[in-house]
Amino acid sequence: MRKFQIAIIGGGVIGSAIARELSKYFLDIIVFEKGSDVASSTSKANSGVIHSGINSPPKSLKARFCVEGNRIFHQLAKELSVPIKWTGKYVIAKNEEEEKELVKLKDIGIKNKVMGLRLIETDEVNFNEPNIKCKSALWVPSAGITLPYQLTIALAENSVMNGVKFLLETIVIDIKKNNNYFEIKTNKGIFKSDFIINAAGLNCIDIVKMLEEPDFRVYPCRGEYLVLDKKYAFLIKSLIYQIPQEKFGFLGVHITPTVDGNILLGPTSEYIAEINDTRTTKQKINILLKEAKEIIPIIKDKAVINAYSGIRCKIYPPEYDGISDFRIENSRVNPGLINLLGIESPGLTAAPAIAKEVVKIISKNIVLSKKTKFVSKYDKYIKFSDMTNERKSKMINKNASWGRIICRCENVTEAEVINALSNPLGAKTLSSIKYRCRAGMGRCQGGFCTQHIVRIMGEEFNLDITKINLKSNKSNLFIGKTRV
Amino acid sequence: MEKLGCEKKLINVTNDVSVIGSGPAGIVAGISAREFGAKKVIIIDRNNWIGGILPQCIHDGFGIEEMGISLTGPEYIDKYVEKAKNLGITVMKETTVLKINNELEIFAVSRKGLMKIKSKSIILAMGCREKTRGNLIIPGDRPSGIYTAGLAQTFINLYNIMPGKNIVILGSGDVGLIMARRLKIEGANVKGVIEILPYPNGLPRNVVQCLKDYNIPLLLSHTITSIEGKDRINKVIISKVDKNKKPIPDTEKIIKCDTLLLSVGLIPENEISRNAGIILDDSTGGPLVNQYYRTTIPGIYACGNCLQVYDTVDLLSIHAKIAGKQSAKNAIKGKNHNNYAEKNIIVKPGTGIKYIIPQMINKTGIIDFSFRLEKPNKFSKISFELNKNEIFRGNLKYSNSTGIINMKVKIPNYSPKSILEVILNE
Repeated sequence: MRKFQIAIIGGGVIGSAIARELSKYFLDIIVFEKGSDVASSTSKANSGVIHSGINSPPKSLKARFCVEGNRIFHQLAKELSVPIKWTGKYVIAKNEEEEKELVKLKDIGIKNKVMGLRLIETDEVNFNEPNIKCKSALWVPSAGITLPYQLTIALAENSVMNGVKFLLETIVIDIKKNNNYFEIKTNKGIFKSDFIINAAGLNCIDIVKMLEEPDFRVYPCRGEYLVLDKKYAFLIKSLIYQIPQEKFGFLGVHITPTVDGNILLGPTSEYIAEINDTRTTKQKINILLKEAKEIIPIIKDKAVINAYSGIRCKIYPPEYDGISDFRIENSRVNPGLINLLGIESPGLTAAPAIAKEVVKIISKNIVLSKKTKFVSKYDKYIKFSDMTNERKSKMINKNASWGRIICRCENVTEAEVINALSNPLGAKTLSSIKYRCRAGMGRCQGGFCTQHIVRIMGEEFNLDITKINLKSNKSNLFIGKTRV
Repeated sequence: MEKLGCEKKLINVTNDVSVIGSGPAGIVAGISAREFGAKKVIIIDRNNWIGGILPQCIHDGFGIEEMGISLTGPEYIDKYVEKAKNLGITVMKETTVLKINNELEIFAVSRKGLMKIKSKSIILAMGCREKTRGNLIIPGDRPSGIYTAGLAQTFINLYNIMPGKNIVILGSGDVGLIMARRLKIEGANVKGVIEILPYPNGLPRNVVQCLKDYNIPLLLSHTITSIEGKDRINKVIISKVDKNKKPIPDTEKIIKCDTLLLSVGLIPENEISRNAGIILDDSTGGPLVNQYYRTTIPGIYACGNCLQVYDTVDLLSIHAKIAGKQSAKNAIKGKNHNNYAEKNIIVKPGTGIKYIIPQMINKTGIIDFSFRLEKPNKFSKISFELNKNEIFRGNLKYSNSTGIINMKVKIPNYSPKSILEVILNE
């Protein structure tokens, strides 16, 4: 039975950000992730927006951590070489009724100390965003975009570099409290830990139930998205949001550019029964296209290259009309169990600030001492397509596999695929390669590159290629050889 | 004019004719260019084999129209590869073209480094890609076990790996039909081919030889409305569709399966062409070309599936030969050949015609047209109207599919900026 000081349950953006923040101190840390990779649930399927803080009620944890997280992102993205673009955002009003809402939003923003907010007329919107239809808009310069899965991967892998142990495909089955430590039973064995950080996202309630009676419920709320081909990247430069529909407690269908050049339409909002029901539906797909066309009339159905959905972890029912805030607290019944509950939007933005808050909670209980040799830089996933020609030539000279393009839609080289496969987490699914180097993420959706990736997995990594999985360990790609 | 932006540390190559893609179109066009006098011809291909998709097409039927014999894909391409070798054509394998420009410069990368290739003519022969689930936006879960038909063919025929056991195929395109038979031969249970149209999409001979002969059901006017399975696909839900291809309520049926193959259409690969500023035809998905298969940039020609998606390799090769020949003439005679200032006749698809190639003509005399109808028609006539005057009327003997139709038409003298409209008369 191995003993740790900190056990983090969940390798989403929250768990990974906490792992990294804690890895700055002399601590024995382990992270349990039930998926075959980090960011395997909500953290990979969202808008990738770094929010400004205009949408959260003043004085809420959401507002505080969002505004603080937004500030931290400037430095964090640099340290982790995660792409980030400060595109700014337009909240658009279609009529006079909605214009009143813009004023309210601006006031909330000012209370939350969001800088640079400005109400602007159609002409100015259209000068910057000629394809948008609106009456007027609120300009929010501090909003931006990043790649949520890449951020989570970088946070997790950087913390591994700094001594954190990550266990993938590891399910927490039961937890017992013994005097002053927790005993955590998993499918990979039993572990002891002084603290448990419950960052299990949609599964947070299951973890609480193992130790105490929860005083909340999880209301999973699905959001569906459509992804457009990169050739439509010209449609928008900034984030385009509608007036939030308050009664649903979500921000409404918006149009978001991504760092990679694809445009996202979505998300919808729908309370569902199962926390893992990530299906997409015809009805919502049609709504997304319809609403998007109302904002950008020239969007065509055939621009869509993919559809996906993610699930928000809401802990308040749809009819609740109070502030549905994050809950970040040390359990009273079981001190040392630190619960992070209801971390929905703006959870991605808030993640680095939440991580600092968790460190604060822990530091009240034990003395933390900072490592002098914390490695803050992480830049494993350099991209061929981002390099200057001189750099490309140099890289190919050093290692010829930088000159062999495997994924032609995204111009991903063999070297990048091999690099993705040799990740410090040991994630070796087709999706884990895709999320690290983009192979298979382009317009052919893996039609051309899958065979090359499978070949490399067999040749370079000696994996039995008939056992390769798409994502989970039951999502096999093949059933075996054609004949023996 | 756009420069490639990298002059240092480049491997520089100069050619008469450079071909992008070593599939049948590229090889055939390259050979033809060489035979018509181009001295230095190179073919660039991103893969580590020659022949594009053909090495995995181990079924026969290649060469029937062109050579009068039925060959397998590998046999067919081998004939041309041998010929190309004998003619001294270089094939640069594992070399990916990143960019071309209107000064006929190709910017490519291989294990040897970045390179710039200058040519007197360029032939585009990049082929096509398969439509994916995302293009159709099929709702449902996102499990493993969903393949495009061509990718499943790759794994079975080149890697000897079985993608699944209980198969549903969406779309009756030729690759899907061929794969239905192929999987059956490998012992899989092919539960059926589902086609949204009221008629099969592939060649009639494939419907008979791949489905009927193997008792594989073909469900016309049906589509998949949902995909289910958290990890691996375990079922699809299908529905009947109405005339507008909309699912009819209460006609849902569940088909259990562990694999879904998609054979729902092919998209010409033209990202390189588009970025170079070549104008594309919305209906074909390929470049606009004249009767010499020259694109809107002088010196750049297009052939094969990146020009239009062909039904058979035979017609594709016949057309690619012309593109090769013209590219050689251009390379020999220099920039003025083919470089007419005006595209004098614009060719437009009229009623009932999906698309037509060439889209522009700048000479009189016999022109070879290829076109597709919007939907199958029996015993119909095709009119060619030059500025509203009929100059040719052709009878369609047999057109109960939407296959490519060829017609040779004599173009009389015409005035500049004429319009030739092609119309289906039922």
